[in-house]
Amino acid sequence: MPLVQDLVFWILSVVAIGAALGVVLVKDLFRSALLLAVVFISVAGFFVLLSAEFLAVVQVLIYVGAISVLFIFGIMLTRNVREGNLPNRLQIPAVLCASLLLVGMIAAAINTDWRPIPNAASQLVDSAQTQSVAGAPAGALGSGYEAPETGLAELLIGDFVLPFEAVSLLLLAALIGGLALARSRGS
Amino acid sequence: MSLESMLVVAAALFAIGLYGALARNNVIAVLMSIEIMFNAVNLTVVAFSKYVAPLALRQEIGSVLTGQVFAVFIITVAAAEIALGLGIVFAMYRNTESVSLSEANQLRH
Repeated sequence: MPLVQDLVFWILSVVAIGAALGVVLVKDLFRSALLLAVVFISVAGFFVLLSAEFLAVVQVLIYVGAISVLFIFGIMLTRNVREGNLPNRLQIPAVLCASLLLVGMIAAAINTDWRPIPNAASQLVDSAQTQSVAGAPAGALGSGYEAPETGLAELLIGDFVLPFEAVSLLLLAALIGGLALARSRGS
Repeated sequence: MSLESMLVVAAALFAIGLYGALARNNVIAVLMSIEIMFNAVNLTVVAFSKYVAPLALRQEIGSVLTGQVFAVFIITVAAAEIALGLGIVFAMYRNTESVSLSEANQLRH
């Protein structure tokens, strides 16, 4: 089973990084929008691997279903066939900046002692996260642990109710702002 | 598959997105690169919630989901950001007939 997980992980990471490189390097904007959808789908695969199934579904619905389509609309409406997706004059600083950041982040990720949770507990974490949407049946996680009744939903309107309300205000503001931007000046 | 390999993949995605955001001339391409960066951050947060559960795990198993809640908020904010960003791009295209960043030099219309 871990072998299969490793195999899926490597396939997903090659696909994700290759498609992301394609997004920033391909000259045709429409193709890079399609590659962006591939990046989103492989990130959804990563979420399944990380036992975050709910997030994987949300990722497919929102990113692949909505945001990619929005991007394709935007490209179709503003496409300038003559120009395409040209690089600007900041090539060398951009490459330098991104690769420096990459080296720093990789060094930090490898050198830090993360103290991962022990194996016995990770089984527990897995089942708790997997059952977070449906809610775990009583006693499924073994004695001594209080299973979350409704998982993510309980956290969202319990501990995180203030950010939840703030996000709904933000969505309202984005809605009104989008309307105000889209309205032409005369009307 | 371990925490470190997950973090390295997310770091690579983030760096690619940063390069795209800095080095492209088209506003929509820059927005797409920003989306890649958001996804890399989401991956990191979810990986932490799987591999490095907080100490509170001892009292309440629900706290292993905190990272996923963060990811839900990030996805919401990214969706709002992209809707507004494309609105601004359309307004800019209506006024200047161009989506090139080097020609975007005025805020009013």
